[in-house]
Amino acid sequence: MYRASTSNMKIRPYLYTLLILLLAVVLSIAIGSVFIPPADLWRVLTGQPPQTVTQAAVIILTLRLPRTALVLLTGAALGGSGAAYQGLFRNPLADPYLIGVASGAGLGAVLAMSVKWPYSFWGLLAVPAAAFVGALGTVFLVYFLARLGKTVPTTNLILAGVAFSSFATALTSFLMLRSTGELRRAIAWLLGGASQAGWEPVLAILPFLLLGLGGLLLAGHALNLLQFGDDQAQQMGLPVTRARALILLAASLATAAAVAFSGIIGFIGLIVPHVMRLWFGADYRRLLPLSLIGGAAALLLADVLARIVLAPQELPVGIVTALVGAPFFLWVLRRAKNQGYW
Amino acid sequence: MLRIENLTVSYGNRRVLHDVALEVNSGEVVALIGPNGAGKSTLVRAVSGVIPVESGRIHSNGSGHPPVDLIALSPMQRARSLAVVPQAASMPPAFSVWETVLMGRTPHLNFLGQVSAKDEAIARLALQKVDALDLSERRVGELSGGEQQRVLLARALAQSTPILLLDEPTSNLDLHYQVGFMETVSTLAHLDNLAVLVALHDLNLAARYADRVALLVEGKIKATGTPRQVLTPELISTAYHLPVQVIPHPFADVPLVLPGRK
Repeated sequence: MYRASTSNMKIRPYLYTLLILLLAVVLSIAIGSVFIPPADLWRVLTGQPPQTVTQAAVIILTLRLPRTALVLLTGAALGGSGAAYQGLFRNPLADPYLIGVASGAGLGAVLAMSVKWPYSFWGLLAVPAAAFVGALGTVFLVYFLARLGKTVPTTNLILAGVAFSSFATALTSFLMLRSTGELRRAIAWLLGGASQAGWEPVLAILPFLLLGLGGLLLAGHALNLLQFGDDQAQQMGLPVTRARALILLAASLATAAAVAFSGIIGFIGLIVPHVMRLWFGADYRRLLPLSLIGGAAALLLADVLARIVLAPQELPVGIVTALVGAPFFLWVLRRAKNQGYW
Repeated sequence: MLRIENLTVSYGNRRVLHDVALEVNSGEVVALIGPNGAGKSTLVRAVSGVIPVESGRIHSNGSGHPPVDLIALSPMQRARSLAVVPQAASMPPAFSVWETVLMGRTPHLNFLGQVSAKDEAIARLALQKVDALDLSERRVGELSGGEQQRVLLARALAQSTPILLLDEPTSNLDLHYQVGFMETVSTLAHLDNLAVLVALHDLNLAARYADRVALLVEGKIKATGTPRQVLTPELISTAYHLPVQVIPHPFADVPLVLPGRK
């Protein structure tokens, strides 16, 4: 009677979200300029002789699998870090970009684009790498600016983030107006979903994602305590300053990795944690993994839509997440009103 | 027991507590009274380690155990010695009562917060002690102020500490809940041998439920003693800048403070 959750309740949310994720992965591999029947996918994955599979399918799978992997990881990073930022700042509007991570990344990317790189593997990685440095540099700068003695008040952090964000955005626009050739590429990147081919980007972000998302998955209990405010969290035994810094670092690592290769993709980090919270409750020990899975599924589905809406042309996935995500979220919010979930 | 010696705390250049000395014995309720801004909440926050102490000593002393320096402990270790009941002002609405009380077990858990059957038994007992077991499934955000305050008390009890600090726990409660809450606190202190320090606005609640009273004015302890010794017209009128009369309580053996006109 006193137990709020039975074991059934504990497993079911994961089951549902993982099923949706599986569906999204299959769709993401099957759908595109050439349709690949799921049966062919199964044959390739189980290593059956390629004669039974069309040659085209094999080629496309080597393109589509890494893309699916990159989108999946990006979505997981955005969903997971979104949940963490909302908990950390105790603010339902917080998202992975609130404290300037995105603008910092954008500035880094555009700076890199304004330089003519020799065409090579490293030249290809220069833009994402610069975005990555910009994002992490921003987090450290904002954290340092917001510091007040030994503590870092949330309002200071958000204010410093928003202020630096406007500065970086203005500087980015200035750079883009001055440069000529690479403008279109920069705009595409800023809209999100500038698709990078091959396994290199996946391998490049994997260590940062594992570190960031792994850290976040351990932070559920600390985030639960922080919901009562810093004083109470510490009085219950949490080393608040250290916990905050570690969660901020983990979430920003994940965000920076996502932004570096996929550009700025809005709404996933904001909406997915809210939907998970509305459906499955506010316990961060459950909310974080669910937001990770949900973010991956949501971004994969958005990416599939981005490929088919204007086929053979592709839409930037950031446009799809906003166009579909916002109404979907409003619908969920409407159905769940008056439940005081936040 | 809790022993505070020469405690001095400042916010920037402003000194908020001067040389405060206070003892709370096990099994005893000490009420901390004083006008607004006297430093009652600051004292609770400093002793619980959320604001830095400029100088002074804060010790916890178990019977037969060597004294423990509470200032030197990590938050985790401190939370095993001392639990705080805050004002039920802003509770996150989404957690259930059961989840909230279990969070009180934090100092005894690993950083993932995994609870054992023993932790659940302790949380259940804590809810029973404050008579709130039937609220377990409710969300804390839906509860009345009185119910929230009892849940916060249960959460503090679940920490299983010998020392309990309460920061004006009755200020949002109506008369019925004020009396009920303080009855519970005083019973628990005496039964479970807890050292309880409770900051209180209401002088008559302090008179009725505290074993001893400490009067804090402008960051200094002006008097400590039994309610009868501290709640005198002289001490109280000087502290609150208001003439008061003190008469015997009509149906309890304690003083009753009646405010006069300014």
